[in-house]
Amino acid sequence: MIEAKGLRKSFRTGRRRKTAVVDAVAGVDLNVAEGEIFGFLGPNGAGKTTTLRMFATLLPPDDGEARIAGADLRKESALVRRSIGYVAQGGSTWDDVTAREELVMQARMHGIGKAEARDRAAATLDALDLTEYGDRNCKTYSGGQRRRVDIALGVVHSPKVLFLDEPTTGLDPQSRAHMWDLVRRLRDSGVTVFLTTHYLDEADALCDRISIIDAGLIVAEGTPSDLKREISGDVVIVDLAAADSAGAPEPATMLKAAKLLTDERCVHSCEAIDHTLRLYVDSAATAIPQVMRTLGSQGIEPGAIEYRRPSLDDVFLAKTGRTLAD
Amino acid sequence: MKLARDTWLTFQYETVLLIRNPSNIAITLIQPLTYLALFTPFLKGVMGVSTYGDAYQIYVPSLFAAMGIYSGLYAGFALLAAMHQGVISRCRVTPVSRIGLLLGRELMYVVLIAFQAVVIALAALVLGLRVQPANVLFALVLLSMMVLLGVSISFCLAMLVPNETVLPTVANSIAQPVALLAGVLIPLSVAPLWVRNVALWNPFAWGTRGMRAILEGQLRGSVVWEGSLIMAAVAVLAVVLTSQLFSREIA
Repeated sequence: MIEAKGLRKSFRTGRRRKTAVVDAVAGVDLNVAEGEIFGFLGPNGAGKTTTLRMFATLLPPDDGEARIAGADLRKESALVRRSIGYVAQGGSTWDDVTAREELVMQARMHGIGKAEARDRAAATLDALDLTEYGDRNCKTYSGGQRRRVDIALGVVHSPKVLFLDEPTTGLDPQSRAHMWDLVRRLRDSGVTVFLTTHYLDEADALCDRISIIDAGLIVAEGTPSDLKREISGDVVIVDLAAADSAGAPEPATMLKAAKLLTDERCVHSCEAIDHTLRLYVDSAATAIPQVMRTLGSQGIEPGAIEYRRPSLDDVFLAKTGRTLAD
Repeated sequence: MKLARDTWLTFQYETVLLIRNPSNIAITLIQPLTYLALFTPFLKGVMGVSTYGDAYQIYVPSLFAAMGIYSGLYAGFALLAAMHQGVISRCRVTPVSRIGLLLGRELMYVVLIAFQAVVIALAALVLGLRVQPANVLFALVLLSMMVLLGVSISFCLAMLVPNETVLPTVANSIAQPVALLAGVLIPLSVAPLWVRNVALWNPFAWGTRGMRAILEGQLRGSVVWEGSLIMAAVAVLAVVLTSQLFSREIA
């Protein structure tokens, strides 16, 4: 449903002699199949929104090509606009207008006649559990309701593809769960959903497939479980802050512990994050006693040790050397 | 056909937004009404006319021009707000005509300011203005062209300087000299020659002169057709250039 090859976009920043060119998107390839929820995961500033805005025909790409719902993004942008819905990060409604009025207007801008636009607005309000609030001014909505109105505006014309920019950012846990549910319902009704997120759990739980983007480049693509499977074994997290105090460990201690554990045979790799060490091992059950012995022999007392299955953050760390600070 | 439909659609959308805040329409009327009531007596003294009717004859066209220039040149703020609110992006991801998005907005200002001008004219009639209703309509046509020019300039500014803190300064530093050089306080006919020569390059000055002649009932004067022609030409040019910029920046 979406095929992109070598999509690029750079921006000029600064003025006169201080101008610099920033490659916001440095070559994005991806394939999104019909009827899936595709997640674009990456830290802030990775190029997610820029890519999305290119797909939504709001920004012309500098280079590369893409087809959306069969139409060429560059040459047939008018055709692309007919088959997509776009929901921006910051929302897009006026305060003094009701959701129903906005929906009717949005449908009419898609070329739909007055009577049908009214029917569609009503049906969309209904489908998104908004009928109760539909005739209130947008300024009276809660964050979650407002976000649902934004989604409603993106789907009122029954698009084939829906682009959602950070759909759950700033929502409370309950609204977030509601939003996930809604996105799944849209997919089940046949809409292809392309969303950006910087939440690991969202990419993991909601998306059928994801692409991880960092610094304008895609570093991994696949289903969340396939990506996690690439990182075999367990993750052991050693917290070097003393258990009885909140104080951070000495940098020298951190370095020494990292060196000791990296040399340990059972440890595949070791990453220092804040005052913890993240160890990638085959089996946590045999690695933990070994780690305890090694650190203890050098007089280093870890405050806590825990282990877990690899997460998408570990995938991100393995690919980029950095962690997706949540 | 599609352009006409989309322009009308945008016009409706903008008008609904406007009507939702009727206090805004009322507030923007307070200033011209104040000037009408309190500035005209000064003008009567300075211009040495005998009756209030004559003073209003001189001042009402100036007031129309001031409303057209100021309201027009400040229209960019609404466009900026729509851009920042995400409404423009939302509209852009639909097949709606880009030019329609622009023309519908411009048209809303034309209707708004024409409405306000009618209120001012009615108030002036009560205070002693003598004028033919048909001539007021003719003046409104000329005023509409001034509004189109002002709104176009302002929309261009908003697209080129999309910054809420800088835009007021820029808009104001253009509106002030343009308004003074159109004779919105005192007619240019009493200005020194060099000021009148500079004003020759101000299309709003031609429009204002034309409106003044129309309201005085001197429809046959060359001032009327010169003013109308210049205003129409410049307004059309401005709308075309703004559409091009709009299509480039916004499409």
